[in-house]
Amino acid sequence: MEKRAVFRSSWLPLALVMPQLIITFVFFVWPASQALYQSLLLEDPFGLKSQFIWFDNFTALFRNRDYLESFHRTAIFSGLVAGLAMGIALLMAVMADRVIKGATGYKTMLIWPYAVAPAVAGALWVFMFNPRIGIVAYVLHSFGYDWNHQIRGNDAFALITIAAVWKQISYNFVFFLAGLQAIPRSLIEAAAIDGAGPTKRFWTIVFPLLSPTTFFLLVVNIVYAFFDTFGIVHATTSGGPAKATEILVYKVFNDGFIGLDLGSSAAQSVILMAIVIVLTVVQFRYIERRVAY
Amino acid sequence: MASVALENVSKVYPGGVEAIKGLSLSIANGSFTVLLGPSGCGKSTLLRMIAGLETITDGTCKIGDRVVNDVEPADRDIAMVFQNYALYPHMSVYDNMAYGLRNRKTPKPEIERRVREAAKMLAIEDYLDRRPRALSGGQRQRVAMGRAIVREPQAFLFDEPLSNLDAKLRLQMRIEIRRLHNRLKATSIFVTHDQVEAMTLADVVVVMNHGRIEQVGKPTDVYNRPATRFVATFIGSPAMNLIPGRVIGRGKVEIPGSGTLEFDPDEFEVADGTSVEVGIRPEDMSVAAPGESNGFAIQPEFVEELGPNRLVHGLAGGAPLVLSVSSSTRDLGNGAVALHVPEHRVHVFDTTTGRALRRG
Repeated sequence: MEKRAVFRSSWLPLALVMPQLIITFVFFVWPASQALYQSLLLEDPFGLKSQFIWFDNFTALFRNRDYLESFHRTAIFSGLVAGLAMGIALLMAVMADRVIKGATGYKTMLIWPYAVAPAVAGALWVFMFNPRIGIVAYVLHSFGYDWNHQIRGNDAFALITIAAVWKQISYNFVFFLAGLQAIPRSLIEAAAIDGAGPTKRFWTIVFPLLSPTTFFLLVVNIVYAFFDTFGIVHATTSGGPAKATEILVYKVFNDGFIGLDLGSSAAQSVILMAIVIVLTVVQFRYIERRVAY
Repeated sequence: MASVALENVSKVYPGGVEAIKGLSLSIANGSFTVLLGPSGCGKSTLLRMIAGLETITDGTCKIGDRVVNDVEPADRDIAMVFQNYALYPHMSVYDNMAYGLRNRKTPKPEIERRVREAAKMLAIEDYLDRRPRALSGGQRQRVAMGRAIVREPQAFLFDEPLSNLDAKLRLQMRIEIRRLHNRLKATSIFVTHDQVEAMTLADVVVVMNHGRIEQVGKPTDVYNRPATRFVATFIGSPAMNLIPGRVIGRGKVEIPGSGTLEFDPDEFEVADGTSVEVGIRPEDMSVAAPGESNGFAIQPEFVEELGPNRLVHGLAGGAPLVLSVSSSTRDLGNGAVALHVPEHRVHVFDTTTGRALRRG
């Protein structure tokens, strides 16, 4: 069904969409085009003059081992975060879907972590994993594992992954639970009568019917891992030790605001922007259309 | 194929709601049994208990010789057709029908054979590759039945399968379901609140109310010999007239303010002086011809024309009464009209228990 309002003049509809257009322009189009322009410039160390160098910033980036490693690291990080956050959330949603007593309280508690700011979440985990005073580090020590994310890169990487996953589980949980509750009970009952056990029912009926939710969350989670984890990284490891947790978005900040290599930083942010645009287009153009029931 | 037997089963939901109250029923092998009752009477719950979708609080449920109280739905060897069809939306029609067989590790050629055969029987061969959403309501209904048929189960359970269809399609599917049953001869249990469906489909009608069975019998029995006041008023449209009266002799009942009525004393046994309720179907009364005297007078109020017949609403001794007469009957006018009821069409019910006061 198509709902379409018809306006006689052209200024009224324009005025109605103007607030949104202005916000988009001021907070997205303008800074984005500035970044685009900046990425083609080479700034001198004192910021007095700049030189137009076409795509040299980009070619330099793709020759830079640090950048390529960061790219690789980010890919692993976002894969882990999306996979774990969605997997755990789905498991919890399936279990919550069966809870009858105290369901509301249980669900509310599962949603809480989403209300915690990324930096606060990071600080929380830093304390728990602190090699000297952290409770989790203490437990790990007693199991014979010498946890120290301040020295060991892998520990640091695990820490930001855990923090990022923990924070995203709630969001995914809400969507998965809504998705599960939208599946008619009679379908599950029909499958039960058709001889499918609980596991088989899940994989042949429930999971395929959840696929629109799953694909949506996949895109959202990847975008989250790419961008919104800045606060967590900043609060826990600041990209260290030895760049072991320097994901792309953190490198943009590090190179631009700490290293003051504005051109390269701008080029990096342009690449990130391109990735988001591609993901969003994929989400809207293909996935949303293909997997709707 | 198998018989289904319920012995003293009851269902109490957490929270104390008693949906089924100690009910016994045996369903013969190969019969078409319809559970009929108003919404909330427990008929769907009963069906779901047989299917294994609801636990049985008390009593036993047997399919064939096996007690299935603690058997999973999958292992009860039954198939069910749901009200909303419950087709798997992400599977083709073929896969929908094959799903249950694949889960039971049926060999592939056998699956292929059974699905094709069922599809042919139901005239859905051309849609096997389609998704359910690309089908009309009637086609979905057929797929749902096909999914049940290919399983070749011990019993078919139908949970109001026709109520989502429009009137014309409902009629058509009703006939097809009956035709299918005549062909497959499978034990079928069919839940509905539609008395026409029940009367036309059933070998045996089970009329339920408030979690209890009111009457079990052939469709003609529940219509002609209703066991309770509830059955009498639930079956038949318009509903049976109920008129309070007092028995004044063998086979005679006095209707205060409208005279006396004779009923069949060999059929009903009532002591003199008992207060009873007399039931007469609107279609069993006619305008009294000269010499016919078993009846009372109706004061007509208004008339509903239905085409083949005409419903006359009026008062008899102050109580509302409906009379159904053929359209060719002359206009009754406004004055009181004497009616005639054959004595074997008069039903007598106990005022307090509501049970028909039949002999034996």
